[in-house]
Amino acid sequence: MLDYITSYLKSDTTPGQAGNFLWAFIYILLIFLGLSVAVIAMNWLERKILAHMQVRLGPMRVGPHGLLQPIADALKLLIKEDIMPAEADPVVFWIAPLIVVITAFTVFIVVPFGPTHAVTDMNIGVLFMLGVSSLSVLGIVTAGWASNSHYPLIGALRSSAQMVSYEIAMGLAVVSAILMTSLNTDGTGTLSMIGIVQAQQAQETWFIFKFFPLGLIAFFVFAVAMVAETNRAPFDLPEAESELTAGFHTEYSGFRWSLFFLAEYSAMIAVSSIAVTLWLGGWMRPFPHWLTGDTWDLVFSLFPGVTFVLLALMTFYSTIRMPKHPYFRVQTIGLAGFGAVLGLIGLVLFAPPVRDRVQDIYWFAIKVAGFMYLYIWYRGTFPRYRFDQLMRVGWKVLLPIGLGVLIVTGILGVLL
Amino acid sequence: MTDRSSPLELEQADKTFLDSNELIINMGPQHPATHGVLRVILKLDGEKVLGTECVIGYLHRGVEKIAENRTYTMFNPYVDRMDYVAAVSNGLGYCEAVEKLLNVEAPPRAKYIRVILTELNRLASHMLWLGTHALDIGAITPLFYTFRDREEVLKIFEKYCGARLTTHAFRIGGCQYETYEGFEEDVKKFLKFVTPKIDEYEELLTTNRIWVERTRGVGFLSAADCKALGVTGPVLRASGVKWDLRKAQPYAAYSDFDFEIPTGQKGDTYDRYIVRMQEMRQSLRIIKQAVGKIPDGPIMAKVPKVMKPPVGEIYHSIEAPKGELGYFIVSDGSTQPYRVRVRPPSFVNLQALDQMVRGQLVADVIAVIGTLDIVLGEVDR
Repeated sequence: MLDYITSYLKSDTTPGQAGNFLWAFIYILLIFLGLSVAVIAMNWLERKILAHMQVRLGPMRVGPHGLLQPIADALKLLIKEDIMPAEADPVVFWIAPLIVVITAFTVFIVVPFGPTHAVTDMNIGVLFMLGVSSLSVLGIVTAGWASNSHYPLIGALRSSAQMVSYEIAMGLAVVSAILMTSLNTDGTGTLSMIGIVQAQQAQETWFIFKFFPLGLIAFFVFAVAMVAETNRAPFDLPEAESELTAGFHTEYSGFRWSLFFLAEYSAMIAVSSIAVTLWLGGWMRPFPHWLTGDTWDLVFSLFPGVTFVLLALMTFYSTIRMPKHPYFRVQTIGLAGFGAVLGLIGLVLFAPPVRDRVQDIYWFAIKVAGFMYLYIWYRGTFPRYRFDQLMRVGWKVLLPIGLGVLIVTGILGVLL
Repeated sequence: MTDRSSPLELEQADKTFLDSNELIINMGPQHPATHGVLRVILKLDGEKVLGTECVIGYLHRGVEKIAENRTYTMFNPYVDRMDYVAAVSNGLGYCEAVEKLLNVEAPPRAKYIRVILTELNRLASHMLWLGTHALDIGAITPLFYTFRDREEVLKIFEKYCGARLTTHAFRIGGCQYETYEGFEEDVKKFLKFVTPKIDEYEELLTTNRIWVERTRGVGFLSAADCKALGVTGPVLRASGVKWDLRKAQPYAAYSDFDFEIPTGQKGDTYDRYIVRMQEMRQSLRIIKQAVGKIPDGPIMAKVPKVMKPPVGEIYHSIEAPKGELGYFIVSDGSTQPYRVRVRPPSFVNLQALDQMVRGQLVADVIAVIGTLDIVLGEVDR
C-alpha cells in the first residue's frame, strides 16, 4: 500500500493520462473537497473584506469573528422549506441548478495545480474549459424560463446575451495566449493546460509579459471578460438586485439556490484558474529563471509554511484581543484552536517531502486568491453597468482590442 | 400627458407574454429599489420602457385628516412622520405656518437654532439620498459611508432633543429646548469632520466612469417640463432654474446668511447629483456662519397656552431637502385647524417619473426613482 502511494508520488504524469482510475477518483474527491472549502472560505472572506471596505464588521456572532457563519448559512439553506412556485415547470426547475453546478465543477478536471496535479491533461484543455463553462448559460436560461415569472425571465435573457457576447472577447484573448505557446523551436503550440504552463517555463516568461504590452492587453481583455462571464459586479446585471430583485434565481430558495451560489463561486475560481494558467505562469513560482539556485529554491519552498504560520499568528493575535467576558470563553478557545490547527498545517508544510509536493499547488492557489480579492474589490468599488453599455463594452471595446492583439501577436510571432 | 390604456388592467399581462413584445411587470410595492412601498407598473418592450404608472397610497395614514381632530400643538409631532428622513424641515414648515397664522414671530435665537438644525437635517437627508441612489445604481459602498456620517448628525439631534429621526425639535413660537452645553462645539466638530467626507463621496463617484455613464443623459427633464409639472427642489435647480425658497422668500433667519444656489444645465441625473453635492457644501457654509453668531435671548415667543388663531387661511412654504414643502392651513377660530393641506415635494416630483423614463431602459427607472429622492411617507401622508 505504502509502496503504491510512494510510487505514485514519484510519477510524472496525471492520473488521467496514466489511466489510473483510482487515483483519478481520489483526485476528483480532493478537488471537490478543496473547492467546497474554497467556496466556504471565499464566502466568509468576501463578507469580511467587503465589510471592512465599508466601515463595518461583517459577521461577528456565529463563532469567533463569524468564522462559522458560512457553515451556519449552509445548514440553514439545507433545512429550509422547499419552495417551488405553483406555475413553475418542476422538472426544468430542478434541472437548471444542476446544469449550472455540474458545469462549474466539471471544468476543474483539466485545471493544472501542478505539473502532475490535475485529474487529467487533455490536448484540448483550454477549449474544454471554455466550452463546458459556457454551458452554464443553458442552466441560467432554463432557470429563468422554468420560474415562469417576469423578473427571472428578464434576468435570464440578460445573462445569456451577456455571457455569449463576452465569450467572444474572452476567446480572442485566449487564442492570442495560445499563439504564444507556439513560439518554440519546432513551432507547435498547444491547447493543453499543462502544456501552456510548460511553454511559459520553456520561454522563461509569463505570457502576461510576453511581447510587452501585448500579453498584458490580452490579459486585461480576459480579466474584464471573465468578470462579465461570471456575472459579478460591475457586470452583475442578470442578478441586479436593485432592478430585478435577484435576476434568474429570484424564485429559487433553499438547497437549489445554494447550488447556484456554489456554482457562481466555483465558476469564479474556474475562470481565474484559466487566467492564471494562461498568463500568470500557472504553478510556477515567481522569478523561476531570475532567482535561481538552491538557496532561492529553498526560500520559495518555505512560502506555504510561512503563510500558514502567519495566518496562525494573526489568529493568535485576535485571540488575545477577544473580549475577556466569560460569555466569549468558548469562542476564544475555539479561535485559539483554529490558530493551532493553522499553525500545525504550517509546520507540516515545512517538512521537506511535503514542501516540495505542495509548492506548485500553493503558488497556483495564491494567484487564484489574488483574483478572488480583485472580484471582491470590484464589488466594493464599482457601480453597475447598464445593459446597453455592457453590450457596448463587450462588442465595441473588448472585441476590437482582442482582435487587434491577436493579429499583432500573430505577426510578431512570425517575425520573431 | 399622453393617452394610454390603464395599466391596471393586469389581465393584459397574460395575453402579451408570448403574443407580443410587450411585457407588463409590476415593480413594488415590495422591491429593493423603490425606496419604500412605491409600486410602479412598467410596460416594457424588452428592456425599453414604454410607459409607467405609479400606484401610491400603501403608506397612507391620513395625516391631513388627523390634523382636523387635533389642536395645533398636538398636531406638531405628526408632521415629523411625513418625510421621516427630514423631520426637522417638516416641523419648521408647520411651526412657521402656524406662527404666521397666529401672527407671532420666533425670537432671533430660536431662528438661528432652527436654521442650524434644519441645515444639519438637509445634510442628513442628502446623505441618505446619496447612499441609496448609489446603491440603486450598483455602488454599494457609498451607502455605508454616508450612513456613518449621517450618524453624527443624528447624534447631535439626539443630544439636542432626545430623538434621532422624528425629532419634534421645534415648537410653535420657537424652540422647546435651549441648546445643550457644548452644542456649538459639537456642530463645529461635525463641520470639520464632514467636509473631507463629502470629498470622499465625490472621489468615489463624480469621476467614476461607470457612474457618469449611468447618470449622464438619464432622466432628462427640461426647465419648461419642471415648471409644467410643478417639480421643485434640487430636481428643478439641476434643470437650470435658480429657484430656492431660502433666497426667493427668505424664512427663519436665512436672509442673514451668505450662500449660493447651485444649478445644473442639462437637467439629467448627473446634474442632479452634482447639484445635491454642492448643496451639501452650501449647507455646511450656512451652518458655519450661523453657529458662530447665535444671538442671546429667549427661545420662545409669547404664544397663548390655548392657541386659537383668528379665522383665516395661510399658505407657508419652505425649502425642504426635497423641494418646496408647503402647508395650507385654514382656521375657523377654534383650537383645531379646520383643514390642513400639505404640499409635499416628493409627491409632486414623483409625477415627473413617467416623462423622465419613457423610452429609456429598465435600469434607468431605478436611477430616476433614486434621483427624484422620494420618501413614501411624504408621498402618501
